[in-house]
Amino acid sequence: MNFVAAAGHLATWNGLLANLGYLASVIMFMLAIMRMGKVKTARSGNTLAAVAMALAIVSSFVEMGKINPIYIVAGLIAGGTAGAIMAKRVQMTQMPEMVALLNGFGGLASLLVGIATFAFAAEKGARGTLERMMLMSDQGGWFGAINLCLTVLVGGLTFTGSVIAYLKLAEKMSGKPILLPARHAINIGLIVVSLLLTVLMVWAVGSVGVNWGLLVLIAVLSLVLGITLVIPIGGGDMPVVISLLNSYSGIAGALAGFTIGEPVLVVSGSLVGASGIILTQIMCKAMNRSLGNVMFGGFGADTGTGGGGGKSEYKNVKSTSPEEVAMIMGDAGTMVVVPGYGMAVAQAQHAIRELAKILEAKGVQIRYAVHPVAGRMPGHMNVLLAEANVPYEQLFEMDQINDDFKNTDVVLVIGANDTVNPAAKTDKSSPLYGMPVLNVEEAKTVFTIKRSLGSGFAGVKNELFECANNYMVYGDARKVVEEIIKGLKEA
Amino acid sequence: MDTGMILMQVYVFVLACIAGNQLIGKVPPTLHTPLMSGSNAISGITILGAMLAAREDWNYWGFPHLSSILGFLAVALAMINVVGGFMVTNRMMGMFKSKA
Repeated sequence: MNFVAAAGHLATWNGLLANLGYLASVIMFMLAIMRMGKVKTARSGNTLAAVAMALAIVSSFVEMGKINPIYIVAGLIAGGTAGAIMAKRVQMTQMPEMVALLNGFGGLASLLVGIATFAFAAEKGARGTLERMMLMSDQGGWFGAINLCLTVLVGGLTFTGSVIAYLKLAEKMSGKPILLPARHAINIGLIVVSLLLTVLMVWAVGSVGVNWGLLVLIAVLSLVLGITLVIPIGGGDMPVVISLLNSYSGIAGALAGFTIGEPVLVVSGSLVGASGIILTQIMCKAMNRSLGNVMFGGFGADTGTGGGGGKSEYKNVKSTSPEEVAMIMGDAGTMVVVPGYGMAVAQAQHAIRELAKILEAKGVQIRYAVHPVAGRMPGHMNVLLAEANVPYEQLFEMDQINDDFKNTDVVLVIGANDTVNPAAKTDKSSPLYGMPVLNVEEAKTVFTIKRSLGSGFAGVKNELFECANNYMVYGDARKVVEEIIKGLKEA
Repeated sequence: MDTGMILMQVYVFVLACIAGNQLIGKVPPTLHTPLMSGSNAISGITILGAMLAAREDWNYWGFPHLSSILGFLAVALAMINVVGGFMVTNRMMGMFKSKA
C-alpha cells in the first residue's frame, strides 16, 4: 500500500493485488515472530517468515508491473546463491560471527538503498517514470530527505559496527576494548555533524549536486561512526552489540520504508527494531549491566576497570591429570557440566556427549548448567549441545540448577570462566560484582578445563581457581575430554 | 507527500513498534540466538526498497543507470541477509527437534 499515490495507484488491479499481498505478508511476519519465541513452534515460525518474505518480493514485482527487471533478478540470484552457500558452510560454533556478518550485509544494503533511491529520484527528469519518489521538490520533500539521510546513517553504522563485531568474535582482531582518547567527544561530534548535514539536505532539497555531496558525506561519517562506536566495547559484550545492531538494521529498514512510502517496510522494520531492543535488554539483565554501561563503559580494558579483582596472579592453584579426573568421575553419583565459549572453540561438544554416555552407563546422573550469557551469544551453548544430540531435558538454566550444586559430586567446567567466578558474589571491587553466576564452588569437586590461567573475556581474575575443591586440567578442551574418555575405558 | 500521509506513516511506525514490543515478552534463552538471526533475516525486507531502485523502464535495455547498479548491489546484499538468515535459523532450530 502506498499512501502517496493511493488514488492513482490503487485504482489499478496490479496495485490492489500487490497491496493485498503486502498486507498478508505483514500479518505473517507478526505471527512468525510470535511463533519463533516458543521452542515447539520456532521452526515453523521461521519458515512462515521466509514465506512472508517471498510473498512480499512477488507482490513488489506485481506492483511494479511492466518494467525491465534484469538487475533485480540478477541481484536476487547472486545474493540468494551466496547466502545459501554461506548458510550451508558455516559451522554451528561460528554462529555468532555469522549472524554479525549477515547483519552487516543488511546494514550495507540499507545504506545502498538510501543512495540508490536518491540516484533514482535524481534521474527522474531523464526517465519520467517516477510517481512514488516524493524526494526532489514536492511539498513534504523534507520528510523524504530526512529519512533518506537517516537510512544511510543507520545503515552505514550498522554495517561497519557489525563488521567490527564479526572481527572480534572470529578473533581476527583483539577482543580487548580499544579506547581512543576523547572517544565520547568523537562519537558525539560525528552524530551531531551527521544530523547537521541532514538539516542541510532538507534546506537544499532539489539541488541535486549539493544533495549528492551531502549524502556521500553522511555515508562516510556513518561508516566511521560504526567503527568508533564498537571498537571500545570488549569482545565479551559483542552479543549485546549484535543484538542492538540487529535492532538498528530493522530501524534502517523502517526508515527506508518512510522514504519510499511503503508500509510493509515500515511495519516489518519496526517489528525487528522493537523486538531487538527487548532482546538486548534481556541480555543486559542477564549480565546485570545497563545498556549504557555496555556501550560506553569500555568494560575489560587493560587500564584497570574495577580494583582488586583486576590482578591476575594466582596462588595455591591445584591441577590434575585427565586420568585422575576419569577415576573420580567414574565413582560420582551426580555430575553437572558447565559449558562456555572454550567448548565452542575446541568443538568439544561431541566429545562431551560421548563422555556423558559412558558415565551414564556407569550410573552417573548427568546434567548441563547453561548460564544466560555463556558463549558469545545467549543460547549459543544450547545450540551446540543440541547439535551433539544432548537431550533437551538435561539442559538446565541457571535459576533451575543453582541451588543444586551443593548436592553435586562433580562439576566439569569446560571453557567457562567469568560465568563461574565467585568473586561476582563476594568481591565488591570486582568489575563482575553483581553479575549472577553459577555456584559451582559449592559442589564437592570441581574440574576446570582450561588452556592456561589466562583471564576470561572480561579480563578478570577468577577466584574459583584458588578454591580448595577446584582442580585445573590444562589443555585443549576436546583433547582433555577425549583423554578422560580413554581413562574411563581403560579403567 | 502531504502532512496527512506523513502522519499516517508515523502512526504505522509507532503502532508497529508497540506490537514488536509485545510479540516477544518471554523467550527462553535457548531461542535467543535463533530469534536474533531470524528477526535479522526479516530486517532484510529493505530488499523491497532495493528492488524499486534497481528497476529500469520496460523499454530500456541499454547501459544501466547508476541507480540500477547501486540497486543491484543492494538487492544482492539484502538477499544474502534474507536467504542466509532464514537458512541458518532453520538449521539451528532444526536441532532442537532431535530429542533423545
